[in-house]
Amino acid sequence: MAKVIEGYYYSESHEFVKVEGEYGYVGITDYAQEQLGSVVYVDMPDEGDEVNAGEDFGAVESVKAASDLISPVSGEVVEVNTELEDSPELLNSDAFGNWIIKVKLSDPSELDNLMQAAAYEEICK
Amino acid sequence: MNRTLYAPLIFELSRKGREGYSLPSDNLGQDKYKPCQLPAHLLRQEAPASLPEVDELTAARHYTNMSGNNFGVDTGFYPLGSCTMKYNPKINEEVAALPGFTDVHPAQPTETLQGSLHLYHHLAAMLAEVGGMHAFTLNPYAGAHGELTGLMVIRTYHLRRGDYKRVKIIVPDSAHGTNPASAAVCGLQIVQVKSTAQGTVDLEDLRTKLGDDIAGMMMTNPNTLGIFEKDIPEIARLVHECGGLMYYDGANLNPMMGVCRPGDMGFDVMHINLHKTFSTPHGGGGPGSGPVGVRKGLEEYLPNPQVYFDEVEQQYAMRFSKEALGSISSWLGNFGILVRAYAYLLTLGHEHIAQAAKLSVLNANYIKEQLKDYYELPIEGLCKHEFVFDGLRAEYGGDHHDPDHATTLQVAKRLLDFGFHAPTIYFPLLFHEAMMIEPTENESKETLDRFIEVLKNIAIEARDNRESLRTAPHCTPISRPDDVKAVREPRFKF
Repeated sequence: MAKVIEGYYYSESHEFVKVEGEYGYVGITDYAQEQLGSVVYVDMPDEGDEVNAGEDFGAVESVKAASDLISPVSGEVVEVNTELEDSPELLNSDAFGNWIIKVKLSDPSELDNLMQAAAYEEICK
Repeated sequence: MNRTLYAPLIFELSRKGREGYSLPSDNLGQDKYKPCQLPAHLLRQEAPASLPEVDELTAARHYTNMSGNNFGVDTGFYPLGSCTMKYNPKINEEVAALPGFTDVHPAQPTETLQGSLHLYHHLAAMLAEVGGMHAFTLNPYAGAHGELTGLMVIRTYHLRRGDYKRVKIIVPDSAHGTNPASAAVCGLQIVQVKSTAQGTVDLEDLRTKLGDDIAGMMMTNPNTLGIFEKDIPEIARLVHECGGLMYYDGANLNPMMGVCRPGDMGFDVMHINLHKTFSTPHGGGGPGSGPVGVRKGLEEYLPNPQVYFDEVEQQYAMRFSKEALGSISSWLGNFGILVRAYAYLLTLGHEHIAQAAKLSVLNANYIKEQLKDYYELPIEGLCKHEFVFDGLRAEYGGDHHDPDHATTLQVAKRLLDFGFHAPTIYFPLLFHEAMMIEPTENESKETLDRFIEVLKNIAIEARDNRESLRTAPHCTPISRPDDVKAVREPRFKF
């Protein structure tokens, strides 16, 4: 059974946001990595890029499929998890521990449109 | 028979100094072509290329044995969903090899090209009849190239009318990956529309996406799940009402040809994959061809050169029109492929085109109904030329909630042991364990029955002897290459 973490925010397209102050750490959920299978490549934006809620900011490629990454929040990308460039398999070993981008949230009220852990767990069943 | 002696890589068979040839002495002047006289920046700086050195007989055995490992439609059943792996009749090859077709050049005087231009013009007219379109270009080199050309027609149409806002294209979430890819290359933004539980376009979701920024909508019909989009007249009406054009991806034309026409469903632009529906070689077997058809009013935008019949000169001719969107290929595309498709259409004849389409539907439904107690069928009812199972049924070990469940990948690998090509797997992405089967119209009932029997046996094996599935295939030259390592750490040279 895929892991879900309390206190994170979740999107229908299986991204999570972990909020710390004015920043949000965005990644894919454990359920998403399970469905994708072995991840072989993560296509990420550059630092300083703007992302918009509901729009794609990159892609995850696995042996099964390539899936767009849809940002659950809007804002400026202040950091990118460069470790994933050489070790995309980190998403398989610990999806929640390996966020993909760190975003300076431009509109924290967008978080209200996302799901809490319990609701997200439901849609993964 | 064990033929592994010659199976290693040609580099591994190499022995230093073992040559299979001897060159005559240089009679052009010893010094003139010495490599050291090449400019320094063109000389290889690293170690010399390590070319394999083998005798001719070893090379012959190595490649002859290796060619026996090929799998193709000529060697076995190839139910690769969404690919329409139909038989390539040998008469197509005979006709395409005629010197009158192989020994011509498009730049030679037009009056000496009349046969080739006639074929082009006539094939375009036949495809227009099948598609319900007004005119066709046969210039695009492949399916995705056809998509790009068709989308360029749509963009050109809007831009010439001064309608610059239309930068978005609607694509269903079940579409082939080439649709959004071609649209992106064409400079369009992709708007995804959802599918209903029945696998067809969700009209409610579509309505929310429409507006004056929509250039058009791309669809296949039947869609990727093999389901006919019954709402197509309403979808076309809605898209036209907002000013967009309808694009038909001909990937799934096989069950439609001669039965119903994209033009009659409300599509404005379409492409056809000759290498699918019209029996020309496919995959590694040959180049593709993606003719593009348009409804009346759009023909002037079709790419150059355009082939037409010159009424004054009473002969076929080519023109480079300034109204056209430009050229997308050199001359008339993959002409040899056009000859093959033409031969196929003439061989079938007008009345048998629909029969081929109907048999492809019958074969797919036959397999689906025989296997649905063993494999999970997510969408009940009549399919067209292909259908999708969502893995094995729970009682045959396919329960997704069981972390140790039997997977579609395992079933596909096991099929290879029985001499069948695997179906398309893990596509479309709407299901976790998708297995997409398209038998085409060519197969005998004996072949279909054997395939069904094997898939039933595999289901039973998945229930009773999972280990055999997990380690399959057992009878192929290699069993389980590490596909993850191959992608993560590719090695491109020996």
